[in-house]
Amino acid sequence: MTTQTGTFPYMRRAEKSKFLSWALTTDHKRIGILYLVTAFFFFLVGGIEALLIRLQLAAPGAEVLGPDAYNQVFTMHGMTMIFLGAMPIAIGFANYMVPLMIGAKDMVFPKLNALSYWMFIFGGIFMYSSFLLGGAPDKGWFAYAPMTMPAYSPGMRMDFWALGVIVLVVSSTVGSINIIVTILQMRARGMRITQVPMFVWNMLITSFIGVFAFPSVLVAAALLLLDRQLGTQFFNTGAGGDAMLWQHIFWFFGHPEVYILILPAMGIMSEVVPVFSRKPLFGFTIIAFSTAAIGVLSFMVWAHHMFSTGMSQIALLFFAADSFLIGVPTGIKIFSWLATMWGGKIRFTTSMLFAMGFIVMFVIGGITGIHVASVPLDWQVTDSYYVVGHFHYVLFGGTILGFLAGLFYWFPKMSGRLLGERMGKLSFWTIMIGMNMVFLPMHYLGLAGMPRRVYTYPADAGWAFWNMFETWGAFITATGFLFIIINIVMTLRRPATHEADPWDGYTLEWATSSPPPPENFDSLPPVRSRRPLWDAKHPDMADTH
Amino acid sequence: MSEEIYPIHEAYVPQRDNNKMGFWVFLSGEVILFGTLIGSFMLFRHRNPEQFAEVTATLNIPLIALNTFILILSSFLVVRALESLRNGSLKGLRLNLIGVLVLGALFLGGQAYEWIELRNHGIWLDSAFGTPFFTTTGIHGTHVFIGLLWVIFILIGIGKGAYSKQRFHGVEVFGLYWHFVDVVWIVLFTLFYLI
Repeated sequence: MTTQTGTFPYMRRAEKSKFLSWALTTDHKRIGILYLVTAFFFFLVGGIEALLIRLQLAAPGAEVLGPDAYNQVFTMHGMTMIFLGAMPIAIGFANYMVPLMIGAKDMVFPKLNALSYWMFIFGGIFMYSSFLLGGAPDKGWFAYAPMTMPAYSPGMRMDFWALGVIVLVVSSTVGSINIIVTILQMRARGMRITQVPMFVWNMLITSFIGVFAFPSVLVAAALLLLDRQLGTQFFNTGAGGDAMLWQHIFWFFGHPEVYILILPAMGIMSEVVPVFSRKPLFGFTIIAFSTAAIGVLSFMVWAHHMFSTGMSQIALLFFAADSFLIGVPTGIKIFSWLATMWGGKIRFTTSMLFAMGFIVMFVIGGITGIHVASVPLDWQVTDSYYVVGHFHYVLFGGTILGFLAGLFYWFPKMSGRLLGERMGKLSFWTIMIGMNMVFLPMHYLGLAGMPRRVYTYPADAGWAFWNMFETWGAFITATGFLFIIINIVMTLRRPATHEADPWDGYTLEWATSSPPPPENFDSLPPVRSRRPLWDAKHPDMADTH
Repeated sequence: MSEEIYPIHEAYVPQRDNNKMGFWVFLSGEVILFGTLIGSFMLFRHRNPEQFAEVTATLNIPLIALNTFILILSSFLVVRALESLRNGSLKGLRLNLIGVLVLGALFLGGQAYEWIELRNHGIWLDSAFGTPFFTTTGIHGTHVFIGLLWVIFILIGIGKGAYSKQRFHGVEVFGLYWHFVDVVWIVLFTLFYLI
């Protein structure tokens, strides 16, 4: 019988050193924690960049950064949050939780798992080293041609972008393949694919989206390098190429990427909401189908990022209609969570508060998403702060709040300690007030004509008050995260309680000790429904009755 | 907790099946990679019809047809290599893989010859035809090259006793890769040279 936990031959020697035992680990729980800690660090760096952006924009004519540094900082803010923050946090949660939730003892390819982590951290350090080597990428995270061509972007900045993207998407592709095969092949006896927890199902769909979307941006980055270094003409319209080709290849990845960022958080929602409502997830099958529908539709909407590029009428109609359509499965999820809470015995834990915050914030981001999906409205607001407000409600109000719900929900499993609830609630309200102060006025500023990606604005434009207001909001949000860091540090200093199942959970990760032993389970309850642990604890009320 | 407890099983599925499934998923991503490149080629042809018609007429189709035949033949040898191994013949495995190595090298040689010829005609990376043409066929050629490194890796493994009648899965997965690269070439040959 093959063993699933791969160890390097020199592992025994490594175990004596604490550093080496982490650096050489192939245990999915340790790699998950490495992912989460590293990604959280990058998330804080991206957050500091956001604060610098807000300081620069606080008043008209401010000179905190200046135009060149501003372009680098907003580009790296986007790259960091997407590639080094949100995506690896999702992979970190998946790494830790997917094997536990399906009753496996590790990921299916433990060494590949370590490889994807080390490629991720290398890609992050590589991209950030550009700051010391002639400047960071400065053309925005989607790096439009021809701005990235040698004529407009001399030096190595965009080469750092392209090479960094290549390393990071190869890492994510490897991670996605690992997650897919783990879920398809490693489930506990009796757990059918239709019975996996919703977080696991969402990670399966997310990983498939990744496997199909990442090659596209890999090609985009490779072609950009060829254009810059070897003289090909892919994006040079004057020499037979096409600058629009970049936008098509990039967004064919870029839009699915948005769902890669939100679906893991939606998976966390579908775990947290039922457990704290004391009810099973409402419409499990429908939610599962809606995730799959989002996965398919996400590949058919990419050109809605390009409405203002002079596409044909029929293309505009097609992509607008598809973009409206993708709102339907998303709405189904919202209704299912609400219906799960309806009539439930809701426990207002910090985790549940963040989940409820997600619902409200994501609905705002979703509705403005429908706005920008309609072509005439998009022509008015494209490249304005309206769009910035929209996607921050989705990515911060959705993805980040979902991750925070997951942090408070699963931290006891990972550390054996419950995070402080009072401090948690304080951080929740601080972040909610702060984020709405930052992102809500952006819609107004966008409608008032403020373009995105400008480093300053005239004093008589009438944008000064709300910009100052947003900057205050940004620092309030940052204070909220400071509370979370203090909470984590203080909790880790307390002795562990090792409570296996503090939330009275439904799924298998709560059926083992906190933190779990190296191979996760000594024994598993029988899996006959979607809530195996509930069935085991309440045989009289089991779902299978 | 319920009284009924199941023992933990070491593995529910043999790891070799997992490797194969992982590789299939990887190949599905490769389809998107080549799809994007081929789409770019088609866009360039749509934008620059005269130059494409002109260069396509000068392409050395007999040479590339021979190259295509060589690659298909090498795929056949990979099938035979796996067949030999499953019948327990390490000698057959080794001979067939050496055949793959030779044919793959011939293919790359033919491609290099074609590229030099085109360059002498003034068609290189900076032209509208050359940009997608050399990039796509180059990335395909890189795949062939990686495949040849893989063959060498397997040949070394045979000497170390890594393969036997029962342990053929490494060669099987290599076969998936090689056939995939072969099929991609048939698509490229059809689209770039014949149409």
